[in-house]
Amino acid sequence: MKRTITIALSGNPNSGKTTLFNAITGARQHIANYPGVTVEKKSGKIIHKGHEILVVDLPGTYSLTAYSLEEIVTRDFLINERPDVVVDIVDASNLDRNLYLAVQFRELGVPLIIALNMMDMAERRGIKVDHRILSQLFKVPVIPMVARSNKGVHELLDAIIETSAEDRTWNAEIISYGSDIDHGISEIEEIIRGARDFDPRYPSKWLALKCLEGDDQILKFIQGKPEIQPKIEPICHKISKHIQSTLEEEPEAIIADHRYGYIAGITKKAVRRKIESRLNFSDQLDKILTNRILGPTIMMLILYGIYVFTFWGSEAPVEWFGCFFTWMKENVSSMIPEGNLQSLIVSGIIDGVGGVFGFIPVIMFMFFAIAILEDSGYMARMAYMLDRVLRWFGLHGNSVIALLVSGGISGGCAVPGVMATRTLRDPKERIATLLVVPFMNCGAKLPVFLMLIAAFFSENEARMMFLFTMISWVLALFAAKLLRATVLRGPKTPFVMELPPYRAPTIKGICIHTWERTWQYMKKAGTVILGISIILWAMMTFPRLNEQQARFYEDQRLNTQKTFLSLSNVNGIIPDLPTLNRFDELYDLYRQSIKDYGPVPETLMKNPLYPVFNTLFPDQDVGRTHDGVKKDLATVTDLYLEYRNTMNLISAQEQQAALKATIAGWIGQTLEGITRTIGFDYRTNIALVGGFAAKEIILSTLGTAYSLGEVAPEESGTLSSRLARDPDWNPLKAFVLILFTMLYVPCFVTVISIKKESSWRWALFSMGFNLILAYLVSFIIYQTGKTLGIGI
Amino acid sequence: MKKVIRMREMSDNQKGIIMKITTNGEMSRRMREMGLVHGTSILIMGRAPLKDPVAVKINDYTLTLRNNEADHIMVEVDA
Repeated sequence: MKRTITIALSGNPNSGKTTLFNAITGARQHIANYPGVTVEKKSGKIIHKGHEILVVDLPGTYSLTAYSLEEIVTRDFLINERPDVVVDIVDASNLDRNLYLAVQFRELGVPLIIALNMMDMAERRGIKVDHRILSQLFKVPVIPMVARSNKGVHELLDAIIETSAEDRTWNAEIISYGSDIDHGISEIEEIIRGARDFDPRYPSKWLALKCLEGDDQILKFIQGKPEIQPKIEPICHKISKHIQSTLEEEPEAIIADHRYGYIAGITKKAVRRKIESRLNFSDQLDKILTNRILGPTIMMLILYGIYVFTFWGSEAPVEWFGCFFTWMKENVSSMIPEGNLQSLIVSGIIDGVGGVFGFIPVIMFMFFAIAILEDSGYMARMAYMLDRVLRWFGLHGNSVIALLVSGGISGGCAVPGVMATRTLRDPKERIATLLVVPFMNCGAKLPVFLMLIAAFFSENEARMMFLFTMISWVLALFAAKLLRATVLRGPKTPFVMELPPYRAPTIKGICIHTWERTWQYMKKAGTVILGISIILWAMMTFPRLNEQQARFYEDQRLNTQKTFLSLSNVNGIIPDLPTLNRFDELYDLYRQSIKDYGPVPETLMKNPLYPVFNTLFPDQDVGRTHDGVKKDLATVTDLYLEYRNTMNLISAQEQQAALKATIAGWIGQTLEGITRTIGFDYRTNIALVGGFAAKEIILSTLGTAYSLGEVAPEESGTLSSRLARDPDWNPLKAFVLILFTMLYVPCFVTVISIKKESSWRWALFSMGFNLILAYLVSFIIYQTGKTLGIGI
Repeated sequence: MKKVIRMREMSDNQKGIIMKITTNGEMSRRMREMGLVHGTSILIMGRAPLKDPVAVKINDYTLTLRNNEADHIMVEVDA
């Protein structure tokens, strides 16, 4: 086997780098992050003519200074990993600026091949590039190609093998930057070469050039070498001063000017323009899409479209996942006897993992929509149009997608929202966005809101919902401003950005984009989330009621049953406990079938126990369907229903007591001292603790805590009317609870996603920050309301 | 007649040639690597709905800059 050839793909953003990478590697891609940073590192292996080629996709960059994360990552990779060949993808229709990076690759001395991409686009714009002349003058192989349609990929791979077989020493080829700088370079180079601890990884000429350019990273590197640093610094200083006094520019600017001059000299010979530069299709389209009035209107429609596409599109698959996990739960419940193990598997593992997988369709649909926006070039227009507004809050134009997907129009999800922040390049803007994204009203918070609104603000439900949507936007934006003024303070990064030409996205490109992002979520989120859901399950389950307490409820149940059986009307028909148990079983079955198959015909409703009697006493005349059962049986029915009610109440009280006894219950009660100031008692606290697992749990736990048994979202009516009647509750308290639910700690799947996109530090910060903010807002509203007597 | 003005002062669809970048450090570096250098001819494509940022066409690509960045670019235009 021949040795593996490592090649690095590099180039300007929008030069078709990703397209070429996909064209070469297809779906065989491996994605990881560069060590220590959240810049994606994609690689893929292929075999070409018996050679194994490892392709590493470097982040898109315009230059090789140490200015952005992308540039540092690219440089570090080249110097530390020393790939056999660097392929620089160059957009043939923008040759001058694209070659600016190529010149810097040559300065570094890497074995370079230029992939002259988008030849078709250039041709259409009347630009003719002679790749032979370009290759001759630039002194590197130049392969003309159209990556989109796979043209030239084969030739490129051939050239890679050929180049990699050549001499592997790096040969830094610097151009002339004017006599002052050229002279300085030779002086510094001599000093570096003469040094004892000369690091052969760094070409000396390149180091000298970077010193004069004032490159932060290299200056720091030189500072760590006391042998040469004192000699180099005065030279840099002298030249800088001289150039500033004669040319009124920094050496850096002069160096850049010479690079562009050198490039202009080459393109003059290699490029022929048949037509003058004129407004092309993209420019025409921009006249409409970024028009003062039409632009924002169309953008709103597109944003709304993404939202609808993501959530309506994923509705069915989400339901399939849901059904699958319900089916699993039913199976497990029937196979494993009731107890801790069953509870662990059903409520801990399946619910937890099901929760994670339930997000997958949403994430896929969202990334699909985002991939279209990105690949078509529209994303950049959104940033352009929204910049003026969002800049004030310290966010980026593209932050709006993350906010929207998280629930900007009531009912989204913060998990894909956090993941959508990937499209933001500036780290501070990205972190600010992902920290405020959980404030939006995701789909899981809505049932809680709806239940409380129905209980206390039933006159204007729609208006209240709209109000809460507005509040979440305002708080999210101002929280972002606060963060950007404090913990995420920093100089505004230059906005200078390219509006890439509109391009029709390819299906292949979009699918690869969507899949790789979804897969990352599944792979990384899965394991952590399983562990945490087990911990949360345990917190909501243990310790269980002690034997004495459990016995107390068991006794109550037995007593109720005994009393019921001893009633004179009953004991003739239901004589003993086994019959009663059978009766209960049948009644439960009947209830279940109503639930599963919809309401029964009216005639059956006259006596809900008719089918039960009919099954239990098949050879007796129990009456007819349409006028119910016989009279004596009708009395038993009433008594039975009453008995069931009492039994249910005992169970609910037991559940309530059990919840209070758990760790979550203990936390809820301990926190009561603090939460009293915002009106929450221990029952609300327990629900909020449970809400950390998933916000849906707030509702069901409130149900249990108010001894109603577990409440499903579609049955929230009972809880709602219960709270409305409760003297402890009032509109103010409900309002505060809604605000608190909106703002407090994000659910842990979101926290894990934040960790994935940033670090544990920010994930923990987000928990603390949100909790404090939620408390402060609630405190102010509750205390103000109480003092002024509003809503109590 | 030619005169030199700031890029911010240029009107939509106006052409010009960059004479000087009056800033240094990161911002100027970023401008240079994006092709905003002395001698480049530019065309103002338009402005965002809130009149900021501004879109500029350079050769065959379009860049966007905030107004406070465009302040640092001196452009020679027809008077």
